[in-house]
Amino acid sequence: MKNKIKKTHEPLFHISKRTDISFSRGVAIRIIAILAALVVCAIVTKVFTGDDPISIFKTIYLGAFGSGRTLVTIHEIAILLCISLAVTPAFRMKFWNTGAEGQVLIGCLSTAMCMFYLGGKVPDGILILLMAIFAIVSGIIWAVIPAFFKAHWGTNETLFTLMLNYVAIQLIEFFLKVADKTGSNVVGPDLLTHGWFPKLFGTNYLLNILIVAILTIVLYIYLNYSKHGYEISVVGESENTAKYIGINVKKVIVRTMAVSGAICGLAGLLLVGGASHSIDSNLAGGRGFTAIMVSWLAKFNPITMILTSLLIVFLERGADEVASKFGLNADFSAILTGIILFFIIGCEFFINYKINFNRSKNNKKEEK
Amino acid sequence: MNALELKNVTKRFGDVIANKNINLTVRSGEILAILGENGSGKTTLMNMISGIYYPDEGEIFVNGNPVTISSPKDAFDLKIGMIHQHFKLVDLFTATENIVLGIHDKHKFNLKNAEKKVAEISAKYGFDIDPKKKIYEMSVSEKQTVEIVKVLYRGADILILDEPTAVLTPQETEKLFNVIKNMKKDGKSIIIITHKMHEVLSVSDRVAILRRGEYIDTVVTAETNEAELTEMMVGKKISLNINRTEPKEPTDRLIIENLNLTNAEGVKVLDDISFTAKSGEILGIAGIAGSGQKELLESIAGLINSSKGNITYIDPSNNNKIDLRKKTPVQIRELGVRLSFVPEDRLGMGLVGNMDIINNMMLRSYKNGHSIFLDKKPPKQLANKIIDELEVVTPSATTPVRRLSGGNVQKVLVGREIAAAPTVLMAAYPVRGLDINSSYTIYNLLNKQKENGVAVIFVGEDLDVLLELCDRILVISSGAVSGIVDGRTAKKEEIGLLMTKAKGAKENEK
Repeated sequence: MKNKIKKTHEPLFHISKRTDISFSRGVAIRIIAILAALVVCAIVTKVFTGDDPISIFKTIYLGAFGSGRTLVTIHEIAILLCISLAVTPAFRMKFWNTGAEGQVLIGCLSTAMCMFYLGGKVPDGILILLMAIFAIVSGIIWAVIPAFFKAHWGTNETLFTLMLNYVAIQLIEFFLKVADKTGSNVVGPDLLTHGWFPKLFGTNYLLNILIVAILTIVLYIYLNYSKHGYEISVVGESENTAKYIGINVKKVIVRTMAVSGAICGLAGLLLVGGASHSIDSNLAGGRGFTAIMVSWLAKFNPITMILTSLLIVFLERGADEVASKFGLNADFSAILTGIILFFIIGCEFFINYKINFNRSKNNKKEEK
Repeated sequence: MNALELKNVTKRFGDVIANKNINLTVRSGEILAILGENGSGKTTLMNMISGIYYPDEGEIFVNGNPVTISSPKDAFDLKIGMIHQHFKLVDLFTATENIVLGIHDKHKFNLKNAEKKVAEISAKYGFDIDPKKKIYEMSVSEKQTVEIVKVLYRGADILILDEPTAVLTPQETEKLFNVIKNMKKDGKSIIIITHKMHEVLSVSDRVAILRRGEYIDTVVTAETNEAELTEMMVGKKISLNINRTEPKEPTDRLIIENLNLTNAEGVKVLDDISFTAKSGEILGIAGIAGSGQKELLESIAGLINSSKGNITYIDPSNNNKIDLRKKTPVQIRELGVRLSFVPEDRLGMGLVGNMDIINNMMLRSYKNGHSIFLDKKPPKQLANKIIDELEVVTPSATTPVRRLSGGNVQKVLVGREIAAAPTVLMAAYPVRGLDINSSYTIYNLLNKQKENGVAVIFVGEDLDVLLELCDRILVISSGAVSGIVDGRTAKKEEIGLLMTKAKGAKENEK
């Protein structure tokens, strides 16, 4: 220490990658992260609004699972989950589809057009079947266009899919003008009178929830146990390996995006035919983008996605409730949601890496 | 006086101890070779000296003074310079521009003066370098020269060279060693990392041996020999002989005629290549890295379409000729051609790093059967068989292969390719990065295939190994065949000359 030529300081800590982490430790880190997030939220709330943090948390909970809201919340979760499932096959293939929003909207549009033009002209059972076919096929087309260009000419799928969202929005706007001469920006249940999904136990939502539940399991099996799922993983991990063993990479890209698009189309069908019975250009409500986060947070595992979509919907609905009940600016709830997500995503760092603190040199000397 | 001294230096990465209590001394004006197998911690140790990693424990002394090296700049201030295995140069800049890049100088920068100084350094130590040449026009050895001059320009007294000869031909290696000896005469200390034994013996004054992250000993080169060093490096006595048998009834198996390939940039990467691979023999392919070896094998395997020429496979069962050109790997397999290929990029092409051993076994066979679901039973059995027979060190068959060591990754890959009972087996750099034991396991596997009548094509970089293992050696230079020599009689220098031979000079097959 004495004869040091030059004063340089020893780094306080260094970061190393964890090779493995036990399941319980991973869960513990995540729980700590959520608790820490709540504490920070409480402090921020107290400092900036003066409101009691505990009552705010309570409001968040009641906003999502208060009386009469539980079923709506579960339905919201189901729809978000459905779209998250849709982007997952493509993501496993490292195809960054940011066009789920547009693929869902185009499914909505096809459904609404069937209801509008064919409603009353064909029996309801056949109408619903036609709605399903058109919604799914249109979703597939919307997803396959960028996939085809990517596979054959290497275009950037992120930009391509993103731009198609705006095309879908404009198409809906056009349909709204044609369908509703009053110039309203919503075509509602008064015009889309046929092709509503049957009610289960007196509610619209249960059928949708059931369909998404089945889809979750089917997709889980498809991705993990089928030959297609295996090909998706290989292409995603290494395109060179895929070529080396003779997988037709172009075909897999197009096929997988077709699966993604089909599920997005289905989500559009559920939104229009199974829930709102109306259409506007904001019907997907940004879920196509939120789904990206849900899928990532769940590490592309359909079963885990149930939890992550629950978390996101819970936060969104709770935060909305806080904003309205406490008369706060709507942005404040966005701040709270942001803080919680920051901690949840940030804790992944501590799951993947370990921080080692260096013992000071003096201590080491004493040890000797 | 010791130029550099390490005392009890330890470095951990997670649970892995990369360096454990290393003690090392480097005297002024000596060439110290650091010898150790891949994964023995040589590079980690040098990275700590050059400020890239920070040691967890231990002390470093430079010229007798304790120092803290927490960044490459600290190392540079202490006159320590490292020449990395992978060059860090700007392609569009000239040699001089690269050399002065990043130097903060109080004086006004003057490129002319810098060029003069570069020329002076080159003259002093015997480098062959044009200060105004752009990097992208340079050969690998020229680029390496730039890296070394860069370090000298900054006034380094301790130079660390990480595997400097891995990319050089025998002639270039000799040139480099002359330069290193000149630097030594000038009083510089040189540390050279290598795992090639004959280089250690020819150039170094002393040898420090590392094994599995631990320091074994430092010995004076003149007082030791190859067998002793190998024993210290591996930890036990091993025989370094490859058993080369005479080919049994060699018959033509794969005939390549006038193969040409132009890549996407319009560069001719394969230039009229013709040769024949015969059953029951190992055909070596030698050449400077990037001379078209990769493209040649990938053309045969159906991964890239060659623009012109013929690839003909002769079926051993009925002597039918099958044309393989413009066929995909799947089509080749469907034609009944059992062609196995161990690519250079193991985890990026031959295997999927994030998948476990069982899933990697399935890569070739997952399509078998008509079910839409995967049948995991056969790959599971195959995985367990390979783990047993090739002694793959792994926690289980469900461990992702990227977690295995290089040698074990290669055993998994070669094991899978051999399990397909090939009639042609192509292997590109199959022992790169492997320790001695694993390397010999691979040589033995290739030899066994040869004895079974397989036509083996072996692309290698170590000429000593090629000469010991192969029956015939095809030498390629800039995508063209520059000669085919007999593995039993050829000399290393002869192959070295052929490797750098200019285009157009072709020899007839012997």
